[in-house]
Amino acid sequence: MTEDNKIIEQIIDRYDAEAGMLIPMMQDLQAECGYLKAEYVRSLSKELGIPLSRLYAVATFYSSFRLAPKGAHDVSLCMGTVCYLKGSGSISEAICKEFMVEPGGTTRDRLFSFQAVNCVGACALAPVMVVDGKYYDGVTPESALEILHNLSPEEAAETTAKEAQSD
Amino acid sequence: MISVSTKFTNSADIETLAQKLRIEGGPAAKSVRVCIGTGCAAKGSRRLYELFCEAVEQSGQDVKVEAKCVGCHGFCERGPIVVVEPGQIFYQQVEEPDVAEIFRETVMGGRVVERLLYEDPNTGKKAEKADEIDFYKVQERIVLGNNGLIDPTKITDYIAEGGYKALAKVLSSMTPDEVISEVEVAGLRGRGGGGFPTARKWRSCREAKGSTKYVICNGDEGDPGAFMDRSIMEGNPHSVIEGMLIGAYAIGSNQGYIYVRNEYPLAVEHLRMAISQAREFGLLGKNILGSSFSFDIRINRGGGAFVCGESTALMASLEGRSGEPRAKYVHTVESGLLEKPTNLNNVETWANVPAIINRGGKSFAEIGTEKSKGTKVFSLVGKVVNTGLVEVPMGITLRQIIDQIGGGVRDGKSFKAVQTGGPSGGCIPAEHLDARVDFDELTKLGSMMGSGGMIVMDEDTCMVNVAKYFTNFLKEESCGKCTPCREGLAQMFYILDRITDGEGQVGDVERLEGLAELLDGTALCALGKTAANPIISTIRYFRDEYDAHIKEKHCPAKECRGLFRYEIDSEACKACGICMKNCPVDAITGEKKVPHVIDQEKCTLCGTCWEKCPFAAVLKV
Repeated sequence: MTEDNKIIEQIIDRYDAEAGMLIPMMQDLQAECGYLKAEYVRSLSKELGIPLSRLYAVATFYSSFRLAPKGAHDVSLCMGTVCYLKGSGSISEAICKEFMVEPGGTTRDRLFSFQAVNCVGACALAPVMVVDGKYYDGVTPESALEILHNLSPEEAAETTAKEAQSD
Repeated sequence: MISVSTKFTNSADIETLAQKLRIEGGPAAKSVRVCIGTGCAAKGSRRLYELFCEAVEQSGQDVKVEAKCVGCHGFCERGPIVVVEPGQIFYQQVEEPDVAEIFRETVMGGRVVERLLYEDPNTGKKAEKADEIDFYKVQERIVLGNNGLIDPTKITDYIAEGGYKALAKVLSSMTPDEVISEVEVAGLRGRGGGGFPTARKWRSCREAKGSTKYVICNGDEGDPGAFMDRSIMEGNPHSVIEGMLIGAYAIGSNQGYIYVRNEYPLAVEHLRMAISQAREFGLLGKNILGSSFSFDIRINRGGGAFVCGESTALMASLEGRSGEPRAKYVHTVESGLLEKPTNLNNVETWANVPAIINRGGKSFAEIGTEKSKGTKVFSLVGKVVNTGLVEVPMGITLRQIIDQIGGGVRDGKSFKAVQTGGPSGGCIPAEHLDARVDFDELTKLGSMMGSGGMIVMDEDTCMVNVAKYFTNFLKEESCGKCTPCREGLAQMFYILDRITDGEGQVGDVERLEGLAELLDGTALCALGKTAANPIISTIRYFRDEYDAHIKEKHCPAKECRGLFRYEIDSEACKACGICMKNCPVDAITGEKKVPHVIDQEKCTLCGTCWEKCPFAAVLKV
């Protein structure tokens, strides 16, 4: 418990306990733990004096927050207009079918977390899939499955969220 | 890099340093500029940069060669891009094995490597320099001018190219009112979508009551298919900071915020570096350049919600709340962030400000049309030959952008429509391709300028499906606060979904139109008010496609599964048996030397035969 409080304390100090900086604090918490662990969210609420309900309102409103641990790898498939026109819909279907996973979910063996994101802003490369921060361009259902089958389960996920501190 | 030990204490210091940098980096110096924009980086340009650095190191001390990383050149289609000085030799699609050759031949030997030059597909002519390529010829690059030229992680690069000169001019010789007048003369309008006159917004905020005021840079570029703000923040972050400094001085603000999308980690990194360097040089902080003006900037990362691109939702997010918009009966320039007067502009708008001060408002206003001045950056993407980021003068026609810069539609297909303005915009058909790019002109056509996505669609794109895509996008992104948007979008999606499933009912188009009118009239924010634009514009120009789906249960673009059939062209079929082997439901029959046939009863329309046929004998009908 003391260990838990230390993380929360550090994060709160980083933002001078300013309630307006709640979102960056939660982003930092997620960067450190991989997801928003319930007990941390509770102590953040207590320390800041913000109702727990508001923290969860924020956590569930923004799509980048996770309430459950993620897989060893991060897989984002771009569903932006251009990627969609070039067939990302069928890529998503193929991934979901093959690995029995839903967009926003994690495979049962925790190999990877799968996200269908709106637009990664790399439209010239459409369709785009991002695996642990690496961009794959011109992806097809076959090549996507091949990339994902080659992911190693042992290898720890590269923390894509860079060290999160505010300026 | 030149080390500068002291902070700038007056306006003249900037010009002194710029001159010094220009002399030391003189014209005789050789350099290799490697693009590390997202497109090129995805194709391995960072590794190219490392290889060039190694080559420079190994070349010895007698020649001065510099390898540097630069921002997006815009021609992402042809990446990775490498430019060699002197001579601005423009190499495209460079791969790792090419590095040694470029270094030996061009950098050391001054000879051009022909095979890496861009070749015009029509004339077969090779282009040595970027401005000899059609893609760049028609462009006018004010905002993107320094992208591809400077290293975004070095403030000195920006200063050497005339950066912060506008700030020096403003602080040493202009009053806040004069700054606003200059922007007014320039006729600058908001580049984020709305097109509101920037000077009017600044003046309202300046005149608003209260001593604490905020300026915000909206970098929550959420429109799918748009990435110009990303490229500016990544490739030239100081231009945004300088713009904000000038705006803050004019408005009377001491604190600024940049709200960046969570999906743009490189933009965040470059902005952070830029801010800390600007602080070191005394360009952010207290008493900037020895004046009484103090200003600082803080970066906030978005949480991944499209609605936060709306100003009041963005401010709610900055206050640590869910990004729900509020009604704007009180403008944010009077009561915005933390209920203080707040001026919010988009990334591209801010990046235009230094150019206006440097050129003068009058000269800036010479570019463009009567009511839309300057340039606009578009991300030209979709089914077009040359995809990438382009900056064009306002008033250019859509046809010029798509045909001259974009090189026309890909794979010899015919053009169907161009979608502008993101999910709030609309689809413009071929008969309006001669329309001019101008805020009001595009609105008249049922679309809008938006933030600048320009998505080209060809004959294989089903327009009902496009409308469904955007409606689904907005349905997912609706914050749910107001009923018309939350429920209306769900209903519109439901109707579109059944149309594309072949279950459309007569009267569905009218139902969609009714809901669209409801949303336009009653939704709380711009997201809901404009949400029906993709539907309305496709009904307006492509009503026949809706009717074909509903009445004939047929998708003319042959995209909606179940609304077309696969058939084998008996003349093209070579009876190779590949389709037969791959069909998952054994719906194909045939023998050697006998054209194969698809049993329509058994066929599940999975499309495997169509993908696998090496002779394109499987047709969609």
